Amino acid sequence: MEINKDLIAASSTPIVLAILAEEDSYGYAILKRVRELSGGRMEWTDGMLYPVLHRLERLGHVESRSEVAESGRRRKYYRITSRGLAQLAEERRQWQAVDATLRGIWRALFLPVPASHPASAAPLPQGG
Amino acid sequence: MPTPGDAVSVEEQIARWRSYLGRRQAIHSVDIAELEDHLREQIAVLADAGLAPDEAFLVAMKRMGDLDALSREFAREHSDRLWKQLVVVPSDSGEPRARARTDAIVAFCFAVAAALAIKVPALFGIQLVDQDAGFYARNLSLFVLPLLTGYFVWKRRLDTSTLRWLAVAFVAAGVFANVYPFAPGGSTEALTALTALHLPIALWLVVGIAYAGGRWSQVGGRMDFIRFSGELFIYYVLIALGGAVLTAFMAMIFQAIGIDIEPFFESWLLPCGAMGAVVVASWLVEAKQSVIENMAPVLTRLFSPLFAAVLVTFLGTSLWTGRGVDIERDVLIAFDLLLVVVLGLLLYSVSARDPRSPPGAFDVVQVVLVISALLADAVALWAIAARITEFGFSPNRVAALGENVILLVNLAWSAVLYIRFLRGRGSFTDLERWQTDYLPVYAVWAAIVVIVFPPVFGYI
Repeated sequence: MEINKDLIAASSTPIVLAILAEEDSYGYAILKRVRELSGGRMEWTDGMLYPVLHRLERLGHVESRSEVAESGRRRKYYRITSRGLAQLAEERRQWQAVDATLRGIWRALFLPVPASHPASAAPLPQGG
Repeated sequence: MPTPGDAVSVEEQIARWRSYLGRRQAIHSVDIAELEDHLREQIAVLADAGLAPDEAFLVAMKRMGDLDALSREFAREHSDRLWKQLVVVPSDSGEPRARARTDAIVAFCFAVAAALAIKVPALFGIQLVDQDAGFYARNLSLFVLPLLTGYFVWKRRLDTSTLRWLAVAFVAAGVFANVYPFAPGGSTEALTALTALHLPIALWLVVGIAYAGGRWSQVGGRMDFIRFSGELFIYYVLIALGGAVLTAFMAMIFQAIGIDIEPFFESWLLPCGAMGAVVVASWLVEAKQSVIENMAPVLTRLFSPLFAAVLVTFLGTSLWTGRGVDIERDVLIAFDLLLVVVLGLLLYSVSARDPRSPPGAFDVVQVVLVISALLADAVALWAIAARITEFGFSPNRVAALGENVILLVNLAWSAVLYIRFLRGRGSFTDLERWQTDYLPVYAVWAAIVVIVFPPVFGYI
């Protein structure tokens, strides 16, 4: 299953913020976590994560620091800020509203849910 | 299993990818490092999973995404980066930053020295106005150009033998500018004006030798000096405009509290600012050269077609109506200036052109421009030659005529070289070499005007 670009773009902010709320992380590890959480269904183009991180940094939702990783290379680690946590809470409220609305309408439609992936329990990371 | 050969090729591929990304304006080196770290980790993970290194590289590249889309994304997030900023202190850490700061401090000191130098004669009672104005006019370039040269001597670490020659040139200039008995008023005023105009041209070559710093003998070194001169002119004009705005506001707000700043402006702000700005503008041009697109070639692109159109229309109209050039006193100087402008347009389009690219429409415009300027000048010279004996040889006229001949020769041969290039019989570098080789001619003629004219036309 492929998720359309607009949905990926819209969900990238809460997902990245939530993953960083779990612990400080860096680009590759964030993508790995996204893949785990979505059961491989959210396929982000790797490079596109970085402009998102830079935007969050500019907005003050995350801050970065440069550290030497175990590989010996310099690596940029990102940490969520208190503003980022507030933003995450706000995003979460909005997504829950969207989610609740959709659930309501799905139930009303009585449409059979298409064959689902086993790891569909948590389509959105819950953090904060 | 990865063999050493494979490892090298993957390293090479990463290096190529890095340099490819590096050409994107919106992606900075920090971002490239971040992306590279990602790429390497991805490759390592894929290699652990059993892929050959080059396969791992290809998969990792694919996952990274289309580089054009990526750089567009970066550009959207960092739109400011598309506007090249003149960060005088480069963002890369370490030694370059320290060097840039030292450079700025030294340039600032030289600028202050130039600003103060113009006030030194006042200590000896030579005031800027009235009867000493001629002294300042003749020596103006000697207050600032030695300091500008000093800045480049420091910056390029010139050896003492070059330094000695530069010093000799300035001392000689100082002697010739002042040894003749220029008196205020009367016929010597014309000679004072000629010296004031030509000494800077002669000394600009000395600055150029210091600027090129040992590369003066190479075409590239002299071409860099041409580029530097054009940018310096533009920066100087911009600084002057800024200074005018500052002064206007200063005058206005001090007027409001009943203080007239004019005496301060005349004797301090204008002379010191004008001198210091030369060094500051030079430093700016040096600091920004790789950061911001050169302005002179952009203006050239804009104005070459317009000047060509005006000149062609002029020639057409004068042919159609049969009107000859009306000879007045200043007509020769007007045509000299025209040739200077056309030469400038040619020079700065040459300086910005990649010599390897094939002839294009803009090159044709340049040739039309040069040839129409030559024809227009020929029309004027024809009219003057017919009546030169009637007018007599005043120093002004001889100087203007000499300049006209020098520019005419340059442009005529440039036209020949350019047409050869357009017809595929010569290379563009011939034109570059001709222009850069010609630079000393201007300086030599200017030196002749400064050194030879006063004794010939009046004093001895």
